[in-house]
Amino acid sequence: MNLFYLVAFLSIFFSLLVIFSKNPVHSVLYLIVTFFTFTIHYILLNAQFLAIVNFIVYMGAIMVLFLFVLMLLNLNKDTEPMKSNLIKIAGVVAGLCLLVTLVGSLRAVDTSAPIVLKNPGIGLVKNLGKVLFNEFLLPFEVSSILLFSAMVGAVLLAKKDPK
Amino acid sequence: MESLSNRKKVLEQKPMSFMERIYLPSIFKGLAITFRHMFKKKETVFYPEQTRPVSENWRGMHSLKRDENGKERCTACGLCALACPAEAITMTAAERKKGEEHLYREEKYAAVYEVNMLRCIFCGLCEEACPKEAIYLDGPVVTADYLRKDFIYGKDKLVESPFKS
Amino acid sequence: MEVAFLIEKVVLVTVIFAISLGVAAYSTLAERKIAAFLQGRVGPHRAGWHGSLQPLADGGKMFFKEEIIPAESSAFLFILGPSLALLTACIGSAVIPWGQSIEVAGRVIELQVTDINVGILYIFGVVSLGVYGIMIGGWASNNKFSLMGAIRAASQNISYEIAMGLSLIALLMMSGTLSLKDIAAQQHGFWEGGYIWDGGYFTWNFFKQPLGFLLFIICAFAECNRTPFDLPESENELVAGYHTEYSGFKLGAYLFSEYINMFVSSAVMATLYWGGYNYPFMDLASSAFGPTLAAILGVVVLFMKIFFFIFFFMWIRWTIPRFRYDQLLHLGWKVLIPLAIANIVITGIVINIINYL
Repeated sequence: MNLFYLVAFLSIFFSLLVIFSKNPVHSVLYLIVTFFTFTIHYILLNAQFLAIVNFIVYMGAIMVLFLFVLMLLNLNKDTEPMKSNLIKIAGVVAGLCLLVTLVGSLRAVDTSAPIVLKNPGIGLVKNLGKVLFNEFLLPFEVSSILLFSAMVGAVLLAKKDPK
Repeated sequence: MESLSNRKKVLEQKPMSFMERIYLPSIFKGLAITFRHMFKKKETVFYPEQTRPVSENWRGMHSLKRDENGKERCTACGLCALACPAEAITMTAAERKKGEEHLYREEKYAAVYEVNMLRCIFCGLCEEACPKEAIYLDGPVVTADYLRKDFIYGKDKLVESPFKS
Repeated sequence: MEVAFLIEKVVLVTVIFAISLGVAAYSTLAERKIAAFLQGRVGPHRAGWHGSLQPLADGGKMFFKEEIIPAESSAFLFILGPSLALLTACIGSAVIPWGQSIEVAGRVIELQVTDINVGILYIFGVVSLGVYGIMIGGWASNNKFSLMGAIRAASQNISYEIAMGLSLIALLMMSGTLSLKDIAAQQHGFWEGGYIWDGGYFTWNFFKQPLGFLLFIICAFAECNRTPFDLPESENELVAGYHTEYSGFKLGAYLFSEYINMFVSSAVMATLYWGGYNYPFMDLASSAFGPTLAAILGVVVLFMKIFFFIFFFMWIRWTIPRFRYDQLLHLGWKVLIPLAIANIVITGIVINIINYL
């Protein structure tokens, strides 16, 4: 349990650093560390497959793309677009709305009963695959079609008009 | 345009066949060629121990020659310095004193004779200009050094060592 | 956890670490020697017997060179880059089964640091993490060429990771497990079950998945940033790319991590496709010499396979010239990924037919 508190503290600490660091590249690097702490959380929950997929997909692919884009951008002080006060106020309002929603939904959940895993091996690949391809086959396939259509859409957007 | 010489060849680029497009056969061919090279004769010359044979008209470092009695041939006439296109040669003449006849052949000799090896282009014009057959570019390769001043070779490096009797 | 278990694991980790560092060090010599042989030269031969002390001389040189940190760079990230590269290169070998279990003083010792049930995915994770060392180092150098190298490394690694994963899925469909130990154990021996007309077959996965192996080895070349995919560090267009600004030991860490990556990926290839520690007639050997000696022979066989792959890496380097960047991405996205998907489909059909028969 102590390990959990340490890791939880680290993930909150690094996610705060993501917001407060001035340099966007540093911010992304802190985000990577935050994702790494999430991976440790998954391992603590005995969800090895989710942990390693989080590791590969989020840390290994998506954050590399983030870094890639940030390194390509010219991030000088004078070219920074987010300077108008209106945008700042809008951002604060949106963030507060999200916070209120999250707090409200968390209050609705009954967390008093400790959750006990009935099957400690539920996070292993074999069990996860069986669950995904038997009980949740339809949502799984639908989500794959959703991702595929997103990919096709991205390619279409990236292609220039032939005219 | 019409070719006048009639030697123009029109290259035809054929579309690649399937075997060519997957590239693997040509990659294996290339691998075989490079692998065969492992067993060929090695061309390496182990330099300080072995040296490559040089041709007869090879021009290396200068050497100031002595005559058959071991006297220096150079008379500091300055023709080599004059002939030098790179201005690499300087010298100071001096008069032979009594008792130095076994060292220098003529009454006049070069007290200082310096070749700047950074300037020298090893063209060999100094050899041709010398009337006394005193300078020849028959030495080894001029070696590398750290400082520019060390490339100005004086008589200590240039003069042929005396004959052993 | 008992003390003996801990000691066993610590010793195993230390030995594997030492071996991978030693192999990486001598890979630098082998690289130069093989380059020389393929070009009709003799290579380094002054330090020690036929240059056998050359890695020590190189290492000593790296240590004593001046460590330069560019004034306009971010110093912490500049140091973090090579450290991360070396770290991710070294931890990949943790899940590789180096041999069958051996018996020392009445204790059965597994020649594998840990057998996690997502072993292959762990290796993928480590490999995908490896690009951060290059990216962080290239960005922190504050140099245009380094940044170009870092960006090239990022896009190249992401592109080829997908093809690598897809090429492996066909293999995983056949083996039905993600654990490297089980995959190696499935390839027991060399030939299974009598003559070919009696249903005998090669046990090594290469003979079942030749296309998968081809795709995998191409992707392994790309992931290790080796020629013909060495665009992140191409000397003549990017002046060594992401490590332009590096000197001394930090440069050494980058170069070293490349060789360790090569070693680990050779080990992975040997384990996944070429039978790992398995060799023909290993049951005969086991009954003749006893299981421990046979297992040690298996380790030797695995290392022979690894050394062959390292040699193959170097052999390819002096055979195939570097790709252009658009050719690289074309190969990755338009050739390898469709081929890998086709391989998955074919494998699925064949497995179903075999199950049906």
